[in-house]
Amino acid sequence: MSVTELTNKTRGAAGAMPWLANRWIRLTVFGVGLLLVMSLVRLVTGAGDLISSGTVGAAVGLAVPIGMAGLGGLWSERSGVVNIGLEGMMILGTWGAGWAGSQWSAWAGVLAAVAFGALGGLVHAVATITFGVDQIVSGVAINILGLGVTQYLSAIAFTGKAGGGPTQSPGIKSMGTVTIPGFSSAMGSIENHHWFLVSDLAGVLKGVTYQVSYLTIIAVLLLPLTYWVLWRTAFGLRLRSCGEAPHAAESLGVNVYKYKYIAVVTSGALAGFGGGFLAIVAAGIYREGQTGGRGYIGLAAMIFGNWRPGGLAAGALLFGYTDAMQLRSADAVHALLLLAVVLLALLAVTYAARRKVISASVMAALAAVILAWFLATSDLPQQVTYMTPYITTLLVLSLASQRLRMPAADGLVYRRGEGG
Amino acid sequence: MRRFLLAVAAPVLAIVFSLALVSVILVISGHPPFGVFRDMVNYGFQPRSQVLTLNLATTYYLSALAVAIGFRMNLFNIGVDGQYRLAAMIAAAFAGSVVLPAPFGQIVTIAIAMVVGAMWAGIAGLLKVTRGVSEVISTIMLNFIATGVVAYLLTPGRLAVSVQGSNNIGTKPIPASGQVPGISLLPGTTQQVYGLILLAVVMGVGYWFLLGRTRFGFDLRATGRSEPAAVASGVNVKRMVLVSMLLSGAVAGLVGIPQLLGASYTYSLDFPAGLGFTGIAIALLGRNNPIGIAFGALLWAFLDTSRQILDLGGVSKEIVTIMQGVIVLAVVIAYELVRRYGLAQQQREVGRRLAAEESAAAAAGVAA
Amino acid sequence: MVANHDIDLVVRRGTVHAIVGENGAGKSTLMNTLYGMHKPDEGEVLIDGEPVVMHSPSDAIARGVGMVHQHFMLANNLTVLENVILGQEPTSGWRIDFDAARAQIDEIGQRYGLDVDPDELLEDLGVGDRQRVEILKVLYRGAKTLILDEPTSVLVPQEVDDLFDALRELKQQGLTVIFISHKLDEVLSVADTITVIRAGTTVATVDPAEVTARQLAELMVGSELPSPETRESTVTDVPVLTVEHLSLAGPGERLLLDDISFTIHQGEVLGIAGVEGNGQVELVETIMGMRTASDGRVLFDDTDVTHWSTRRRREEGMGYIPEDRTRHGLLLEAPLWENRMLGHQTTPPNAKGALIDRRGARADTERIVREYDVRTPGIEVLASSLSGGNQQKLIVGREMSGDPKVLVAAHPTRGVDVGAQAAIWDLLKDARAKGLGVLLISADLDELIGLSDSLRVLLRGRLVASADPATVTPEQLGSAMTGVGGEAA
Repeated sequence: MSVTELTNKTRGAAGAMPWLANRWIRLTVFGVGLLLVMSLVRLVTGAGDLISSGTVGAAVGLAVPIGMAGLGGLWSERSGVVNIGLEGMMILGTWGAGWAGSQWSAWAGVLAAVAFGALGGLVHAVATITFGVDQIVSGVAINILGLGVTQYLSAIAFTGKAGGGPTQSPGIKSMGTVTIPGFSSAMGSIENHHWFLVSDLAGVLKGVTYQVSYLTIIAVLLLPLTYWVLWRTAFGLRLRSCGEAPHAAESLGVNVYKYKYIAVVTSGALAGFGGGFLAIVAAGIYREGQTGGRGYIGLAAMIFGNWRPGGLAAGALLFGYTDAMQLRSADAVHALLLLAVVLLALLAVTYAARRKVISASVMAALAAVILAWFLATSDLPQQVTYMTPYITTLLVLSLASQRLRMPAADGLVYRRGEGG
Repeated sequence: MRRFLLAVAAPVLAIVFSLALVSVILVISGHPPFGVFRDMVNYGFQPRSQVLTLNLATTYYLSALAVAIGFRMNLFNIGVDGQYRLAAMIAAAFAGSVVLPAPFGQIVTIAIAMVVGAMWAGIAGLLKVTRGVSEVISTIMLNFIATGVVAYLLTPGRLAVSVQGSNNIGTKPIPASGQVPGISLLPGTTQQVYGLILLAVVMGVGYWFLLGRTRFGFDLRATGRSEPAAVASGVNVKRMVLVSMLLSGAVAGLVGIPQLLGASYTYSLDFPAGLGFTGIAIALLGRNNPIGIAFGALLWAFLDTSRQILDLGGVSKEIVTIMQGVIVLAVVIAYELVRRYGLAQQQREVGRRLAAEESAAAAAGVAA
Repeated sequence: MVANHDIDLVVRRGTVHAIVGENGAGKSTLMNTLYGMHKPDEGEVLIDGEPVVMHSPSDAIARGVGMVHQHFMLANNLTVLENVILGQEPTSGWRIDFDAARAQIDEIGQRYGLDVDPDELLEDLGVGDRQRVEILKVLYRGAKTLILDEPTSVLVPQEVDDLFDALRELKQQGLTVIFISHKLDEVLSVADTITVIRAGTTVATVDPAEVTARQLAELMVGSELPSPETRESTVTDVPVLTVEHLSLAGPGERLLLDDISFTIHQGEVLGIAGVEGNGQVELVETIMGMRTASDGRVLFDDTDVTHWSTRRRREEGMGYIPEDRTRHGLLLEAPLWENRMLGHQTTPPNAKGALIDRRGARADTERIVREYDVRTPGIEVLASSLSGGNQQKLIVGREMSGDPKVLVAAHPTRGVDVGAQAAIWDLLKDARAKGLGVLLISADLDELIGLSDSLRVLLRGRLVASADPATVTPEQLGSAMTGVGGEAA
């Protein structure tokens, strides 16, 4: 169930409680509820890592590349062009960051990442907008090409350099982080008391304020910036109209081709930025294959978020969280199972309340199975935790896909002059 | 004749363009393009290389066929990669543990591979049909999940054992009774062609027959061309999507089998990966046509085999990957251009011929 | 393709000027010229007495000419305000000045009596409101002359009244309205002047007070209206298609089909008249099994087929000529012989068992091409290369070749030239004489009156009137279709 769905449902309940009608209040209620559930599970299982500051920090950090890829997808699809090639553009970004970041500075790496990603976006734009090639085919081709190009360039640029090789770059110069001095340590000490709810809240707050990379801050700011540009400016309105009704836009004098080009190149730049983050902040190095499908998970986050920046952020956080959990302690991952059980059970209850018997039973059955699994094992093997983000993506899409609305002309080939 | 020319124009254009681009890259990095290409061709046509090419092409062909089945339905089965690895591993584990007299062993192994592949693809198909999940993303996710499942199962104590004399882990080796002997096709080398190249040929024929000659195939192609028209003609689209994904997955499951039963006899950590994406590239190049795909597979395999020589000349092997990537992109653009040109041509042609007929009829009418 | 020649048109400022003509008479070409979509080869366009040359709709807009298209150009997921200001947004810096936009739209709405909430999402609006948004778009850009292309083709009677009130208001404010239509009664009720176009040229300009609908119709057609032929009725009393209390639920609480019942007998053509968008598509698709009815039954030859699949219905003898041939009736990028198979791919001569019979299909396609006069150089040609009329002839031939017991024909001669149209009508009549039952949906009243043995009118998903084609007039039918009249004849 998507965030939009859930908030829409509570809007229905707002008739009884008018103060629920405000979107921000709804979000806060939802957030507090989630925190409550997770806090409970932490207490029951004793798995401190479930919602510790370390986990939250890592989750945010891993959410950034997913979110940036998803944002790239959002820009592109809002203009009507499906961009499956985000993974390839992200790979180009990681390479650019590795190459420039190891030679000059981390910030040079960022610029190179954005530039390389944008280049990938340009290729996709030319193929799909000017030549009218099927958008998914072009995206897949770019993914293949991105891999090939970076492999070739790595062999040329990195072999023989210290720390480098055909599949990785030398170390990237590091970039500073931001910490709010007194606040973080204060939160840290509250967290260490392990009090119910309050400590968890403190943990969350510390996680988002302790050693936060500059790039994370930029990434977070890009979300409201996107919202402002696309929904509050004339440029954004015209861009969105290209994805909703391009022939209507054409009839009003909008140059549809131009906006699509800008959108797709921007989407490549954003994906490249996400790749740059992966290389510079998360790994400190370019390594072949480090994107690990995050370009695609970003697309899933975009769909989950109903093609809006706010929902996208929620989706990215969700996937980032599951991504982070893989790397945490074993019993934290095990506790994740219990969390899943509780959430699924809640979902089953809501489906039952809405008389959707089949969906409710499926959710309940799933919850029962996972509960049995939780009780029967004491930890999860590493290969299984590796799959968490991908299984979550699949699960989330299965639940959410039917209720969402993508831009009306998304994926259609537009040719000037062919309107009604 | 003209249709044939139009059909091959695009891939030829794409290959030429790619060669040109790669030549430029080579020149920039200080290597003589002609010399590099000549080295590759010489090496590639040695008997041993030819056999390796044929073997590789067999694998690629099956992968491309699996992708093409989906493409004809407008479905993007990007999950061939996960499907073939899972299928190969489970089939290998089975063949290593359960010994059946030949040829039953081989037949059952092949059948298991097809079933596993079909089921894995079927998950994506089911999600698409019941929940509307895009098969593009779901198959990609399933690829990663398959990696995890294979990694989980391929540990000592579960389905794998240590390979003697190395750090490798693999499934229990398949005994000789379960293997498929190779064919000594070319003199001049002891290297043998996979016996199961015949399986690839059979699959190709089956693909051609199923799609071109059966009612089911007609329904499938109609749905791929225009879903509303297919619905109006009585096709049950949901069922079609599911069946197509199952078929695609079944063929995908076969991708690793020629190598498994013909050379490695075990699924181990170094079993080839990434064959699914190669299949996509070749299906695009071959335009989902069984003969086109065969040529594409041979070309790709030739490039992959002959690239080995490049190390000796100091050229990075990845230049071939770039060549391949450029071919893919160029070919889809070229196909689109050729398609539009062809359509416009035909419409003009039809108009011209009808006008000619009418004036001929008018003249005849006047005369009569 | 009818071009225009020798068009003489004078429109006075501050009037509602209607242009009438049949489908294909050249009205659209004229309007496209006035809106700057193409330049005239000869002659000139004068606005306010000055000759103007327009290269694009932007030029027309700059000259104060605004066009409201028949098929609305609106984005469903955007609000009314966003749709109206798109391309000409009031901005302060980069930001859109929403308050200024809202004020402007409210002002225009007030002035011209067009009542729409700027913050409402387009897709929540009904057809009448959408049209109002289209008009708003045009007024927002400062149009002084409005061209409306078949504005009432998608409206129900109440909405038509609202529209005409709005037009009168616009006229009051000094704007000029040019209004294209083929609905004569409407034109007579709202226009100040009427120009008739036939075969690409203007034939008359009249004052509505001095002319009757019948006279106008005769000017449009150029001769006497065709009267339905008297012939022997071929209607039997053996029912071949019966629909009982058929209902189809739509999103929300709307019923797309509401309690529809009728019976078609062997040898009978039942015509269903109605303005587009009143349930015709839904009725046809439910009968063919492409949609599932929420209530009621469909009986084919006494067998309840309500839960049968489309394929089974077609195999049993239901033929289907879809309304939108390029989307539902043809595979445009497939050769003609494969298109011949479409819809019949499981029966001979197209199939033998589980395989398709290519030779049989090819031979049969040759036959259809011959017998139905499909103009094509060959059967390997792609369907997209054929003209619309020939595509339709192929489809008709294909459906008739399946030896259908009942034929569901939606707009069977849409976009077909007059000669082919007559040929198709003859084919249908012959088949009827041999016992075929036909459900005929059409917007062409001549077709309906000429072919049907009985007539019903579909309005908002219900059958609201029945008529005898021998005695009903186009005006009576038109009134029933727009909800003004009740039982006609």
